[in-house]
Amino acid sequence: MKLNERSVAHYATCDSPADHAGFLRKRVERHHHHAHHHGTSYQRRWFVLKGNLLFYFEEQESREPMGLVVLEGCTVELCEAAEEFAFAIRFDDAGARAYVLVADGQAAMEAWVKALSRASFDYMRLVVRELEKQLEEACKSLAACRKSPRRSSSSGRKRHLSNPALLPLQEKPTTLENGYSTWGSGGFVAGGATCTDYDGGQMKPPPLPPRRRSAAGSATGSPAPGLSPAMLESPVSPETICFSKLHNWYGQEIAVLRREWQERQKRGHP
Amino acid sequence: MRYNERELLSLARQPAEKAAEIRMRVPKKGSVLKKRLVKLVVNFLFYFRTDEAEPIGALLLERCRITKEEENVFSISFIEEPERKYCFECATEEQCQEWVEALKKASYEFLRRSLIFYRNEIQKMTGKDPLEQYGISEEARFQLGAHGQ
Repeated sequence: MKLNERSVAHYATCDSPADHAGFLRKRVERHHHHAHHHGTSYQRRWFVLKGNLLFYFEEQESREPMGLVVLEGCTVELCEAAEEFAFAIRFDDAGARAYVLVADGQAAMEAWVKALSRASFDYMRLVVRELEKQLEEACKSLAACRKSPRRSSSSGRKRHLSNPALLPLQEKPTTLENGYSTWGSGGFVAGGATCTDYDGGQMKPPPLPPRRRSAAGSATGSPAPGLSPAMLESPVSPETICFSKLHNWYGQEIAVLRREWQERQKRGHP
Repeated sequence: MRYNERELLSLARQPAEKAAEIRMRVPKKGSVLKKRLVKLVVNFLFYFRTDEAEPIGALLLERCRITKEEENVFSISFIEEPERKYCFECATEEQCQEWVEALKKASYEFLRRSLIFYRNEIQKMTGKDPLEQYGISEEARFQLGAHGQ
């Protein structure tokens, strides 16, 4: 089976985050075709964990990985090898070899076992879904607590799009490429922002991933909209079914915000 | 580069997030569109000859770019080699859009960013770190702003 190995190797060595890295001794698996081989030997390699992929390099400075262990579906267990601080990566598949690895000490072993047992895509996806739910619930309970969203500007706590229960959450960054993302053109996701109160009355787009800044510099803030208090008051309650009214209300607010933002852009504000 | 092909093959047999017969072309000289069974499992895209149980190939979907091309067509390329495109011709424009959406989210790095985002938002709203209950709040992979600087 082919694999896009060049890209995989590139992923291993690029500057994307490593979830864990360090030296481990890897047990050498030999195929005993002829003479019986006594004893096991280990080779020290530099290991790098990224997501659900465990790479190993001949040396820490090596520019290409020697090998890769795809971790999806594996279990990680402490191992009763003759070696201390040994653990094994095993797969369900009967007859699949186990990867026996030896750490430098107790702490290193524990750190590796912890990191590897949480490395699967499935696990990450579960956690993300759970947090997604929690954010939704937090928004709903916040909305329920706030009967009137009207606030004075001097308190610096304006609320926008104040009916989060009805608002489609812009949950995820707009991804152009896996590995890179931008946060919507112009940095303001109209109608799609999350339901949080933003610090200091400034509505901030979601935090940018560290490597990428949009040219408009929209990470740092956005217009403080000149909405009248009346506009902030939601014309509907969570139970409303008057969609057109709701639609107009959001539309109005978005139009004002967009105008403000465009004016700021013209004035050369960041 | 060695890799545990056996486990990857096993992964290819898992229930897929998405699977369909799509015409596909690999970035090799003279290659043409061929009907393949294309299967998305976690952050891998497997492709099979339609009558075979074992995939011809697998694409790891990290650091890739999913591009909507002309009607019904999208492509996958990788950051370090943007001209080398894997092209996919879908049956309908709708199917094409669905695949583009699904593939854009099919990377570990995307999940990581989503998690960091939600964690941060929940923390801002509630003052609590939602990862504490799982005992994973200190893990490197979940840190906001800790990566890639």
